[in-house]
Amino acid sequence: MRTDSLMIQGIFFYIFSLIAIISAIMVTVSRNTVHSVFFLILDFVSISCLFIMSGAEFLGMIMLIVYVGAVAVLFLFVVMMLNVAQQENEWFQSKKSKEQNSSHIPIGFLISIIIFFELIIVIGGWKLKPEIFNNLDFKPIVGATNTHSIGSVLYTDYIHLFQISGMILLVSMIGAIVLTYKKRVGLKRQSYIKQISREKLSGVEIVEVEKNKGVKIDV
Amino acid sequence: MFEISLGHYLTLSAIIFTIGVAGIFLNRKNIIVILMSIELILLAVNINLVSFSVFLGDLTGQIFTLFILTVAAAEAAIGLAIIVVYFRNAGTIRVEEIDKLKG
Repeated sequence: MRTDSLMIQGIFFYIFSLIAIISAIMVTVSRNTVHSVFFLILDFVSISCLFIMSGAEFLGMIMLIVYVGAVAVLFLFVVMMLNVAQQENEWFQSKKSKEQNSSHIPIGFLISIIIFFELIIVIGGWKLKPEIFNNLDFKPIVGATNTHSIGSVLYTDYIHLFQISGMILLVSMIGAIVLTYKKRVGLKRQSYIKQISREKLSGVEIVEVEKNKGVKIDV
Repeated sequence: MFEISLGHYLTLSAIIFTIGVAGIFLNRKNIIVILMSIELILLAVNINLVSFSVFLGDLTGQIFTLFILTVAAAEAAIGLAIIVVYFRNAGTIRVEEIDKLKG
């Protein structure tokens, strides 16, 4: 029974990780930017399935909400606004100068392959030391869910980091608004300062009107 | 083979990290795909942290994943705002045409 459940878990791990890897490749090689955004969403969904499967349910759900619900939709909006969907993805070639611009591609391949083998070597030669388990001062709450235990750590030990991350979000929000804000000229706007500080003397003017003549008013 | 160990998760994260790095280097189209590759790299780091946290039974990794998620959202918002401003000014976001700095 136990080997059965282990096998099912393994099969699902391979399915989800295969989907994640294939969609990650498709993000980078897809010719259409909209397609790469959709593959990014698929990647996030499969990775959050992996998180939920491995026992970090809260983070899986948060990944779904934040990445799929917010970040990917932001990407989609920007892709639609900038109208770049028809720009084709040209791998290994460029319109301006073929020799000059494509010279960094073999270097890029080389560097990414080196990084990959370094990571694989690290994983292969890595062993979990038994002392690590003894040095952990984490006491799991018995019978608590993942969300409950994360909350009990996040709001006590990491409360300052939590508040600082809120400040980061605030700064990024203000930054995005300031960057994309465009002051348009020739637009009539309400100015509260002007309206409040308006006096009777400057606002009202008594004009002597001559008979049979109009009054010229400067606006 | 079917017993999932920590090494499986770490290998998955290494593969996705490498795909993200390669996507940054090999991209010829526009900056939005580069931003998406950065999101992939952050996702690989998240997988690393979460798998260590689950297998060691320490919640700190998951807390830091939460913070990485926050920073990634902020970074995506700011990066996309910069891209929108650049597109408004220069009319293009093709990687090869952004060479004002002659880098």
